[in-house]
Amino acid sequence: MSMTLLQVVVSGLLLGAVYALFSSGLTLIWGMMNVVNFAHGDFVMLGMYTAVVIWTALGGGPWASVPVAAILIATLGVVSYFLLVRHIMKGPMLAQILGTFGLALFLRYAAFWTFGANFRTLPDTLVGHSFVLAGIRFEGSRLLAGVVGLGVTLLLHVILTRTAIGSRMLAVSEDATAAQLMGIRPQRMQALAWALAGAATGIAGALIATFFYTSPTVGETLAIVAFVTVSFGGFGSVLGALVAGLIIGVVESLSAYLIGPVYKDVIVYVLFVLVLWFRPQGLMGKA
Amino acid sequence: MSPRRILQLGVVVLVLVYPLLAGNSPVYGRLGALVLLAAIGASAWNIVGGYAGQVSVGHAVFFGVGAYSAVVVYTHLGWPPIAGAPLGMAISVGIAAVIGVPTLRLSGHYFSMATIAVAELVRVLSSTSDFLGGAQGLSGPPVPRSVLDLSFISATPYYYIFLAVLVFLLGLTRWIEGARMGFYLRAIKDSERAARSLGVSAGRYKLYAYMLSAAFTALAGSLYLTMFGFIDPESGFGILISVKMLVMAALGGAGQLFGPLVGALILVPLEELSNSLLGGRGAGLTFVVYGAIIVIIARFLPSGLLSLFERRPARRDRAKSAPVAGHAD
Repeated sequence: MSMTLLQVVVSGLLLGAVYALFSSGLTLIWGMMNVVNFAHGDFVMLGMYTAVVIWTALGGGPWASVPVAAILIATLGVVSYFLLVRHIMKGPMLAQILGTFGLALFLRYAAFWTFGANFRTLPDTLVGHSFVLAGIRFEGSRLLAGVVGLGVTLLLHVILTRTAIGSRMLAVSEDATAAQLMGIRPQRMQALAWALAGAATGIAGALIATFFYTSPTVGETLAIVAFVTVSFGGFGSVLGALVAGLIIGVVESLSAYLIGPVYKDVIVYVLFVLVLWFRPQGLMGKA
Repeated sequence: MSPRRILQLGVVVLVLVYPLLAGNSPVYGRLGALVLLAAIGASAWNIVGGYAGQVSVGHAVFFGVGAYSAVVVYTHLGWPPIAGAPLGMAISVGIAAVIGVPTLRLSGHYFSMATIAVAELVRVLSSTSDFLGGAQGLSGPPVPRSVLDLSFISATPYYYIFLAVLVFLLGLTRWIEGARMGFYLRAIKDSERAARSLGVSAGRYKLYAYMLSAAFTALAGSLYLTMFGFIDPESGFGILISVKMLVMAALGGAGQLFGPLVGALILVPLEELSNSLLGGRGAGLTFVVYGAIIVIIARFLPSGLLSLFERRPARRDRAKSAPVAGHAD
């Protein structure tokens, strides 16, 4: 493999890890309670603004903004769960979409009203300069985002599949009434799922802000990537989102390099449509 | 005549003479036409999203195909734009079949996600296609060559064209409601498993509803082009186009004949007036309120505004106030 091609694959993997991270919150909520959060992209957007505000007001880098964004967005998730989602999840699917979409509009334009429509970017050097390792160039911000993305997504997967609390959450998602009879409090588990998903989403937002522009409507763009990643990976599977995120990242950067930057989205969507046709439940989903 | 009859008659007369009441005011004349156009789109969406309960979040595909078909027959063949409407409707039905066959087999959200992704794919493709004018989009005839171009300065002709289409669409929907297909769709929406066990071929009827819905959404797109004379990837295939249809129908009452019209009557004026009165940051505040209203309605009136006027059941369903519910379906 030529060096350039290797470089392209590595950048794709780093990007894909971030895709996986900001999609994992969406897939966790979808899998846990069969609710698709249409405000997910706007949660990411608020995580990004957290990083912007922490840098402009306090001069803090990702070391400060990542934990703060995690806590803030986790809180936002829990509040949304108790005030809205808890009530609409029993209703028709349309009410769920309407409710979370209304929340999306609310958050998006609250950000627009507060911060204005201008695009903000953080300085390139915030996370250190780019460097060359084994012939491959790494940009500090993307490397950090990719590595943390991979780590947090795997951690989320481990929490869900290897810990007692994860088993309890899965029990609630399988059958809330039966779980309740076993002494598990379903609402507490569901609120915890929103907290975990919110934290992952906040971390993702704070990291993306270090190399991507921040604007009130950026959530719309990111949400579509997340929807594709999640459907590609399969219903409720964090591991599926990770694999799908990495595949999408690599396919994007390869097609941008081999065919042309304009076509990278086209190739990803075509791939998605093919998956949909031949394996509609996604790579790791249950039909 | 009963008071109810008189009220209905009053509404019909009001709808018919609205352009006269709006008089020469271009703002209100335009507003009437825009409400009707939005109601056509939302009512078309309602067939699959409301009646069949398959929530599409990608109806912009059909809207955009309709609009682009109209402008393409003008740009490349020199025909009047409206001649592209049948083409757009046919292509949309084809696309609906391609998306629907694999995804309608799956449970709810997959269909929603798939429709979003397909709409995005088409949006990105259209912005890279020179045939479709790329990211700049295409324009219809700058000056009307004949009345067939349906290019008018006044909004009144559009008002009556849109009204005729809407009445036809609602009439068709009303007819389906009472026909076999309507019963099947309601059964599928209530419980697909139960419907299947009674011998309803659920997949086929969901697909029929989707294709019919697609055809009329494409027609709405072609009509949009005749009025606005311009289309680009964002105004044709953007996700907001899809979402607006859904929100209007759900706000008024999805799966109800007049639900989408009621939603359009509320949301279109709200949006138009806030655009013209506020603009800039003020518009942001309007959408904050708009979002809050939608959240409150979803939370407290999950079946839409029209459910306020329904006769209430004698006893509220106990199960609804139980502390926990499992999966929504």
